[in-house]
Amino acid sequence: MSEAEAKKKIDIDNIQDAGLDQGVAKLTPEHIEKVINQVMDAETGARMKMYVDTCVHCGLCSEACHWYQSYDRQPRFSPVGKVKQTIWKIVHQKGKLTPQEVRELAVVAYTECNLCRRCQQYCPFGIEIAYMIAMVRRICHKLGVTPQYMQDTCHSHSATLNQMWVKEDEWTDSLQWQEDEARDEFPDLRIPVGKEGAEIMYSVIAPEPKFRTQLIYQAASIFHESGADWTMPETRGWDNSNMAMFSGDTELAGRIVKEHFESAMRLKVKRIVMGECGHAYRAVYDVGNRWNAWKMFPIPVIHSVQFFYELITSGKIKCAEKYPEKVSFNDPCNISRGMGLHDMGRHVTEVFCDELIEMHPNREHNLCCCAGGGVINCGPPWKNKRILGNSAKADQLKRVVDLGVTTIVAPCHNCHGGLDDIIHHYGLPLKLKFLGDIIYAHMEKTRAVE
Amino acid sequence: MNAFYNLVSGPLVWVAFAVFIGGSVWKMTSLLSEARKKDNHIFEYWSWGHAILSYIHWLLPFGSENSKQQPVMSLVTFLFHLGIILVPVFTMGHIVLLEEGALGWSWPTLPDQVADIAAWVVVGGCCYFAWRRLTLEQVRYVTSPADFGILIMVAAPFVTGLMAYHGWGDNLLMTSLHMFSGEIMLVAIPFTRLSHMLTFWVIRGYTASEFGAVRHVRDW
Repeated sequence: MSEAEAKKKIDIDNIQDAGLDQGVAKLTPEHIEKVINQVMDAETGARMKMYVDTCVHCGLCSEACHWYQSYDRQPRFSPVGKVKQTIWKIVHQKGKLTPQEVRELAVVAYTECNLCRRCQQYCPFGIEIAYMIAMVRRICHKLGVTPQYMQDTCHSHSATLNQMWVKEDEWTDSLQWQEDEARDEFPDLRIPVGKEGAEIMYSVIAPEPKFRTQLIYQAASIFHESGADWTMPETRGWDNSNMAMFSGDTELAGRIVKEHFESAMRLKVKRIVMGECGHAYRAVYDVGNRWNAWKMFPIPVIHSVQFFYELITSGKIKCAEKYPEKVSFNDPCNISRGMGLHDMGRHVTEVFCDELIEMHPNREHNLCCCAGGGVINCGPPWKNKRILGNSAKADQLKRVVDLGVTTIVAPCHNCHGGLDDIIHHYGLPLKLKFLGDIIYAHMEKTRAVE
Repeated sequence: MNAFYNLVSGPLVWVAFAVFIGGSVWKMTSLLSEARKKDNHIFEYWSWGHAILSYIHWLLPFGSENSKQQPVMSLVTFLFHLGIILVPVFTMGHIVLLEEGALGWSWPTLPDQVADIAAWVVVGGCCYFAWRRLTLEQVRYVTSPADFGILIMVAAPFVTGLMAYHGWGDNLLMTSLHMFSGEIMLVAIPFTRLSHMLTFWVIRGYTASEFGAVRHVRDW
């Protein structure tokens, strides 16, 4: 037995999670049936019916899924296999599920599907399996059966409107701290907080002030160098992340997005620039705005990749010296398959890096990092299962390592989390960079002191 | 036997077409009106341009990434569906019956030999799909007896048609069974998974619209 095979022998079927276990313990069959049928009747309609009735069980979606590829092509991990274990069961049993069966729904829906929508590109009908799985999460949420770590972030969203329990004074403190740090390098740099009428509101995800504060420094440096008229909110709404979208708490998900846009409206900015996060981008353009009955953004929103592209093509920032190592670009699902930003991302990378080597599959056909869709937010209990569930990505990375790549550029926080884990687990000699990391380190700094 | 033949070649034909057409209209109008109430985003984000491009990519073999990765399945599926449409609509025997019976007008027919081959392709396709269901783990896992039932339902009119055409077995019996099984299949279209013939256009078009017009990427 190889080492990799031995590692796969971890028990992935009996993982304890207080959120699931305690949630299930409170369930009764009557309550389960009532809630499931309530969601299926009131919140789904023709779309769900068409998806369920049209699927011809051909299995052609299987190869699309990194879970299926990674777990020795076990059919239970194929996209349609996951639908069989969840929605088909719900439909066939008319909502009459046992508490244990509800737990099984939750395990499949929260921890074995990244909602990356790659399978939708492989289905001859274009059936959106991610929609069905998200609906299963919705049911689990309403039943109070959600992974503990994910639910904790949702509680934080609910109480503070950011996912990391960052208090208001801590938020502004972090910004001032980063401004202070950056002024050693750029004496005139400001992080304008709550500036009304600025052109841009910059929003980030809560892990940035909490764990990756240097990213705010870097972003501020890029804004400063480019001469942008920007600000960050001093009030709630500065966090664009949205775990409620993944837990199935759509009411809260909508509330978070509403606050994000309203903070931009309060500041009277012309548009929002978001940091390098994929799921947050999905939350505003694809989920939250629709929940709030907006067809598209009420205020223009662009992702960092678009912003960097704009700065480069307009000549506002220039490369001083290219990053000298071979890099490969990892396409985050939610901004490549989700918004077609893959070519812009490559353009920025090529301007700042010596050599870009493609990994395959790529662009909108990329393989998910296995962290997205809230899976990494299910926390430590599920970490090993998730890492083993993405050996397909590790294989993909190994292939570019063999071509001399030393660095992966991934403009998404979730991708960083997922890739970081597999890089360590599979012992890959790779560094991980955000685009902001590379731009900050290699741009011309005309306003900096030596 | 004559009574059975008279039934399946007379009143049941009308019943089958009425149920097929009426059922299909009912199915799609009820689904679309429910979608209008509860899934209005399908209409809001609908983009004909992207839908049509997607139809072309997914209906032609090797148009999509997955189709390229599954060459055998792509070819079999393409030829199978082609046969399913061509054989009933363009076979001499069917058109003669329609011209002499109900409609009084006709359209060009396929040469008998071509129709024969196409019917064999359909039967072969059904065998291939059954083989996939039995042997490929990922397909077997999601296969139920109903899936085989549908395959049999689709294969039956073609098998009996071939037997009648080639004179295998009792001709009157085979012709009667051919008509009967064809009628069953027609009736089943709106009420079983065969309704993918109708819903394909909506689901594919909606997905194409979301991918193309909202997310600016290809869905193939």
